[in-house]
Amino acid sequence: MELLLNLIIYLPLLSIVGVLLVKSDEAVKWVSFLATSLTFVLSIPIMLNFDIANSAIPQFVTEGAPILAGMDVKYLVGLDGLSLLLFMLTTLMGPIVILSSWTSVKKSSKGYFSMLLLLQTASLGAFAALDLIVFYVFFELSLIPMYFLIGIWGGADRIQATVKFFIYTLVGSLIMLVALIYLGFHAGAASGVFNFTADWRFISSPEYTIGLVEQTYMFLAFALAFCIKVPLFPFHTWLPYAHTEAPTAGSVVLAAIMLKLGTYGLLRVTMPIFPNAFMEFAPWLAGLAVIGIIYGALVAMVQKDVKKLVAYSSVSHLGFVVLGIFAFNQIAVQGAIIQMVNHGLSTGALFLIVGMIYDRRHTRMISDFGGIAKSVPVLAVFFLITTLASIGLPGLNGFIGEFFILLGSFNSELYGNTTFAVIAALGVILAAVYMLWMYQRVMFGPLDKEENKKMIDLNAREIGLLIPLVIFMIWIGIRPVDFTQYSEGWVETFLAEAENKSITVLENSSSADVPEWTAKIYGLTDHAEESQIVLKD
Amino acid sequence: MDYLHDLSAFLPGIIVTVAGLTALLLEAFKKGADQIYYLSIGGLLVALAVAINSLFGETGTAFTGMIVYGGVAAFGSVIILLGSLFCVIVSKDYLQDIDLHSGEVYAMILLSVVGMLGLAAANDLITFFLGLETMSICLYVMAGLIKNEKTGAEAALKYFLLGAFATGFLLYGIALIYGATGHTNLDEIAAVAEASPLFLAGSALLLVGIFFKIGAVPFHMWTPDVYQGTPTTLTAFMATAAKSATFIAFVLILTRMLPGTEAGDWTNVLQVVAILTMVVGNLIALAQDNVKRMLAYSSIAHAGYLLVGLAAGTAEGYAGVLYYLFAYTIMNVGAFTVIAYYERNKGLDFTQIESFAGLGFKFPLMGVLLTIFLFSLVGIPPFVGFVGKYYVFAAAVNAGLIPLAIIGVLASAASAYYYLRVMVYLYFKDAHKEYTLKTPGALFKYTLILLAVMTVYYGIEPVLPISGLMELISSYYTI
Repeated sequence: MELLLNLIIYLPLLSIVGVLLVKSDEAVKWVSFLATSLTFVLSIPIMLNFDIANSAIPQFVTEGAPILAGMDVKYLVGLDGLSLLLFMLTTLMGPIVILSSWTSVKKSSKGYFSMLLLLQTASLGAFAALDLIVFYVFFELSLIPMYFLIGIWGGADRIQATVKFFIYTLVGSLIMLVALIYLGFHAGAASGVFNFTADWRFISSPEYTIGLVEQTYMFLAFALAFCIKVPLFPFHTWLPYAHTEAPTAGSVVLAAIMLKLGTYGLLRVTMPIFPNAFMEFAPWLAGLAVIGIIYGALVAMVQKDVKKLVAYSSVSHLGFVVLGIFAFNQIAVQGAIIQMVNHGLSTGALFLIVGMIYDRRHTRMISDFGGIAKSVPVLAVFFLITTLASIGLPGLNGFIGEFFILLGSFNSELYGNTTFAVIAALGVILAAVYMLWMYQRVMFGPLDKEENKKMIDLNAREIGLLIPLVIFMIWIGIRPVDFTQYSEGWVETFLAEAENKSITVLENSSSADVPEWTAKIYGLTDHAEESQIVLKD
Repeated sequence: MDYLHDLSAFLPGIIVTVAGLTALLLEAFKKGADQIYYLSIGGLLVALAVAINSLFGETGTAFTGMIVYGGVAAFGSVIILLGSLFCVIVSKDYLQDIDLHSGEVYAMILLSVVGMLGLAAANDLITFFLGLETMSICLYVMAGLIKNEKTGAEAALKYFLLGAFATGFLLYGIALIYGATGHTNLDEIAAVAEASPLFLAGSALLLVGIFFKIGAVPFHMWTPDVYQGTPTTLTAFMATAAKSATFIAFVLILTRMLPGTEAGDWTNVLQVVAILTMVVGNLIALAQDNVKRMLAYSSIAHAGYLLVGLAAGTAEGYAGVLYYLFAYTIMNVGAFTVIAYYERNKGLDFTQIESFAGLGFKFPLMGVLLTIFLFSLVGIPPFVGFVGKYYVFAAAVNAGLIPLAIIGVLASAASAYYYLRVMVYLYFKDAHKEYTLKTPGALFKYTLILLAVMTVYYGIEPVLPISGLMELISSYYTI
């Protein structure tokens, strides 16, 4: 199994050699398709063999020797309840993304498919990495293929969009790197064995705690990097731009997988490692998330371009995920995890469908369409299911995630009151408004344009690539427990551990040892003074 | 016996000296440039093998304490010889195309390598000065190699005048230090050094001279013009081997002459210069349209990252600097060489970024190679540049210089913009006219591929274990 996991991660990368060796464009596509399909097929036994009862413990772990003596930086991959579903989502999206690009790539298809395959390895590696340096390496590696995907095969404004995307993300992750290095030395000193360690299993364990001042700084650095990646309002400005200019496959991977690296990082790193700061800053970040939900929805409503609309809806949907994460209770966090998968499925599918429409009409302006449900009925059906899944219709996947998140947020002790949940619920209604309004303007109404009448319906390939997504949308919608069971144990364990850890840290700190602002933020009282008073009495 | 021991301690230098002198003789007897070219490669290869062999050998001093061998010096020699070797190999094709392929060029390279090896082994301010001048005089000649163009003349004159000026500072500094301590040997100076005004003034002047040679802000003015005017493969040589040699000498001076005492605490100065160098180098590089100038400013910025490691002042920091020099040498020689390859095609000025439009698809291999080197220069994993930056910044963080590390990473984020800009032209813009690129020679091509493989390989598996390096260094002096 350990070997299989590594094989899954690196198979797409290895198949690039095949892509470069074969001669015809047709063969390039087949090699990439077979490689990613094989990756998916091979990942099924991983899911079946996953020990759900121990989902808090990383499984199928491969541990390399430390690459530097005295420094605990090593190749370390494995899956646990948090990463398993996202890992599976990534393997599933692989072949779908390749299929979706079958006819749309005109320029240098070798480069294009190599980049998609490299992106696949980078994403899989990032989800499986358990050493934070390894995580960082994969996290950054994913930037390179996406940079080229947008830059070479994107739309008219692609250059600005891709450079903005790259620099934005890089700034965040470099600041994270400094914090990561500091964390590594701090943890190394605490471990007593190494002078540097980035082993997540140790860093997240209850034995290792960090003082409040360091926690605050490191939390802010990590949170900044992840919030840019998510992207959380007000760091979102790169996203709609990148989405609109990216080729369909790029948008799909960006929305379905890469953005998840941000929310995944919040759960993987910030929650278990900096629990005090996490809990203290939760209302602030949740506030930004709620602003993002409403803002994204309102901006989506006025878009004239379908793809931009979907991009802004992404901002809104990911606001829900962040809201769930910071609500810090079982149901909300589990909702956030399943919502990451849901968003990957439904937004991924939306981008695919928008791409299909664009391939046919070479426009994405809502006003250019109208009534096309008559000319492309099959497409209309898929579009409808996906739209409904995206707005959270009960029975489809989106409902489960949003419902869990809202339920959790209503009861969240960290948020204190229900304001966040109430405003966020408004976002659900807005989502219905903009999505259905868009659907109505595109699909219904008079079919009055000549080009629209001649639109050809979906072919077998396109139907084939949408069907798996729809199956999972319905499956998650009807039997969510089949999926949420994987993360249940993980969330339970780490919520409890984070809470205990935060209490330990608070007990061990006193306002005498920390700067005033820290004492203020964390509401510290002076233990020393208290005990003196006791002595006097 | 003692002579033999001394000679073997400087064996790589002696081999290169012999090769250099033979090259001059052959040239005098009107042998072809090709023979000298192969002689140079052979000489450098043998010297490199000897240097690698000494990497894990004993350390000590030779020539009555004038030079050190093993440890830092050995690693420095390896970096210098590696960089020089690659530069020499790729020079032939390029120099032939600009009609400068002659034996003297290779003789000059070899003789300046002798100077560099002396620098990297300097345990005495006199050795240091001799090495520096041997190296610099050859470099002044190389800068003026393109005689028919204004840029070449400007490069040589500017480099020479400013270089001579900096040498003045340096010598004055050495004189003051001698006046304050009565010694020129680094160890002996360290033993008697105290924070007297004379000694401080001397060290300050010495540092100014060094800052000039490594192109640190505010002593960087010569760099862009010189780099632009010099034939590109020789620019690569200046930017890597020469800079590495000076940095190694700097490490030796910091650790042997100014170790951790009040008199030698230059951390604050190093920090300020590091910040200035990173920020100014990167900011000006953003505005460059000439790729060679851009790489020149970027090499200033890289000197800044290296200074961060020195400012940390710990064994980790010095080890990080050594690793960074290794990484920087590989990727920078690679980047300059690809530019040199493009320059060989006539008709367009291939140092201007506009000429790069669409080139990535014209000869895909070269585009991919340049992309790898540039991403490595940005410091993105999994390339060797990331590992180098990681070590340097990790040392700074561990030494408590977190603000410095943050400024450093932000500066390197800004640097991403101008490196990416090259790729924007390479891949994202359409070629403006039909143009077929020359096919590179086999040796040229495979050298570049080897450099790219090293860039990736050492990024994924930094097999030169830094702890081993640190053992080398700490066995060498105590901090």
